[in-house]
Amino acid sequence: MEENPFISEKYAPAPESTPVALKEAYGHFINGEFTEVDESKLRESRNPASGKLLAMVSEAGGDEIDLAVQAARRVYEKSWSRLAPSERGKYLFRLARLIQERSRELAVLESMDGGKPIRESRDVDIPLVAAHFFYYAGWADKLEYAFPNRKVRPHGVAGQIIPWNFPLLMAAWKLAPALACGNTVVLKPAEFTPLTALKLAELVEEAGFPPGVVNIVTGGGTAGRALVGHDNVDKIAFTGSTEVGKQIQKALAGTGRPYTLELGGKAAHIIFEDAALDQAVEGIVNGIFFNQGHVCCAGSRLLVQEGVAGELTRKLEHRMKTLIVGDPLDKNTDIGAINNEPQLNKIRAFLEEAREQGLEIADGGQELPEEGFWCRPTIIKNAPQSCRIVREEVFGPVLAIQTFRTPAEAVEKANNTRYGLSGGVWTDKGSKIFKVTSSVQAGVLWANTFNKFDPTAPFGGFKESGMGREGGLHGLHPYVRLD
Amino acid sequence: MAERIPVKKTYKLYIGGKFPRSESGQTLSFEDRKGNPVAAYCKASRKDFRDAVVAAAAGLKAWKAATPYLRGQILYRAAEMLEGRSGQFVEELQLQGLGRSAARREVQAAVDCLVYYAGWTDKVTQLFSAVNPVASSHFCFTVPEPTGVIAAVMGEGVGLAGSVEAACRLLAGGNAVILAGCPACPLSVSSLGEVWHTSDLPGGALNILTGIAGDLAATAGSHRAVDGVLGFALTPEVEKSIQEAASDSLKRLRFEDGRKGRGSPYAIADFLEMKTTWHPVGV
Repeated sequence: MEENPFISEKYAPAPESTPVALKEAYGHFINGEFTEVDESKLRESRNPASGKLLAMVSEAGGDEIDLAVQAARRVYEKSWSRLAPSERGKYLFRLARLIQERSRELAVLESMDGGKPIRESRDVDIPLVAAHFFYYAGWADKLEYAFPNRKVRPHGVAGQIIPWNFPLLMAAWKLAPALACGNTVVLKPAEFTPLTALKLAELVEEAGFPPGVVNIVTGGGTAGRALVGHDNVDKIAFTGSTEVGKQIQKALAGTGRPYTLELGGKAAHIIFEDAALDQAVEGIVNGIFFNQGHVCCAGSRLLVQEGVAGELTRKLEHRMKTLIVGDPLDKNTDIGAINNEPQLNKIRAFLEEAREQGLEIADGGQELPEEGFWCRPTIIKNAPQSCRIVREEVFGPVLAIQTFRTPAEAVEKANNTRYGLSGGVWTDKGSKIFKVTSSVQAGVLWANTFNKFDPTAPFGGFKESGMGREGGLHGLHPYVRLD
Repeated sequence: MAERIPVKKTYKLYIGGKFPRSESGQTLSFEDRKGNPVAAYCKASRKDFRDAVVAAAAGLKAWKAATPYLRGQILYRAAEMLEGRSGQFVEELQLQGLGRSAARREVQAAVDCLVYYAGWTDKVTQLFSAVNPVASSHFCFTVPEPTGVIAAVMGEGVGLAGSVEAACRLLAGGNAVILAGCPACPLSVSSLGEVWHTSDLPGGALNILTGIAGDLAATAGSHRAVDGVLGFALTPEVEKSIQEAASDSLKRLRFEDGRKGRGSPYAIADFLEMKTTWHPVGV
């Protein structure tokens, strides 16, 4: 490894050691209990940082999905839809409390199963999970204030499909509002990261939810398609790629079933000359390297005003070299493992293509572990608008840098994308913040900060980044029928 | 075998996160229907009230600065504490004349009230805030803030659940509270301090004065560092005396009969101030 002038000596490892109890093999969580494991339908769940086998999980097909939907329907008709809203809320409060109690264990498992640094799973993911359940628990008996002059009813059974980048957080974003509004749920976690959702199933059981209110079925595309196509599901919520989002919209055509889609992004992160550059560098690092860049709202296109482009790029390159890539369970780690092999191959293909196009590429130069899936923090300087790495979502720790001269040019470049999930602006001038944020076509804008999330704040995309909002008051709307 | 002598509880005030006796040194005797003394409780004086106002001003700072999420966590924690002590509260309510099942219902209503308002702390802002579409290049928004130090004066007949309702709707909005009165169940109201004290509520955010005399209601109305008064089940004369005194510093006032039960975000908004901020938009 090239000597890194920014770290005089190596950090001593500081591994997180909280034990996690895992079963050897998991069935599906249907009707309040785990189904028996069918040996012929098992899939491995491995730690992407070591390749080590964590547990075997079941692969659902149409039959399992059908069982789960039936269970959800039964309890919806029989009891859940008739339960007093305040009591419904109490179950969610209980679940929030159990998550808080078991937060470290959940954080460790999240890092083991998904490769994200423990610092993030411990300080960001899991606290937000608990906060989300708390927030929506409180809404359960207050819906008449969220939708004045309307009679609020749940849809019934909600089918929910979530991605592998924030496994438990996405489960919380889906479950909490759905349950608070009185729906029952069939949730399918991503094939690469099912373990924390299965742990959550145990907590759901412990919280005493009536059997069938929450069903968690593991599997891949087959299970997902079966859930989306099931006649007895009243509402679909999906977070994942734009490509699959389009398939879902098509599959649901003509069914009249409502859906919300939270899809990909290619956020412009705009740095003006009058920005506090050192803080902006931290914001850029957080924007693109948070969770290895596996973030749909990642600030993956950096737009820098020409006058500070040289200085900012230098500072960013220096900072990039100080980032620690390695063991996700080490508390010093900044960048963990790439979540799964297909994703690593996809990122490599993007970088290979950029190299062939002769683009100027720099990375942090970190030594990478031998086992597991890894990618150094990487920047592409002077990336032309026409290249794929500027136009498409890489979903990895790769930042494309472009420059601009005027605010109007920055906005034009920022909007030159089919996506519209998020964006960032750094400037010392308040009026400029509001001018630019009101001109960028995206669902979430961060000014002089980036990647901030809160259960009270709605999140979701414009254009091909999806439809509907999750979080906040607006996050209730997808889960209610208004008469 | 020798008979064990039970240890009896001294009912005290709750001021600034501490449990003092009244500075007046006076107590009142709570008597059952037959006139037999049940227990003594503190008779709060005007000086106790002034001490509570000072404590509330300090508590307001910490409580207002707490995030709405944290405030919700603390209210929910109080619900957990009260549920856990429901045996004690049911017994105390029985001492004060309620039947067992009525006492149990009263305690359950108080717990549910805490849970209900725990859910409001981070939602009232969303209901009452607005981005105002002004016809100029400005980003203009309105958000609520707590009014400040509020005296909650509980009159005849207000029970445990009613006094918890009053405290919660004020606390949920971020106000600091002086809960005073409640002659129907002074022992329970005194014990409420123990619930709040074990819930991480900042000292002074809620203060409890029992045995408050009628003229103390007027003191609440006239103290210039009190920003509002919420009265439950007060007589028209007392309400009028508070209104008259309050006009000296334009306090926010709200009077209810205390029998309405569950409040609403509008009840929280009675003690919120709306703040509008203008900011230019342009490069």
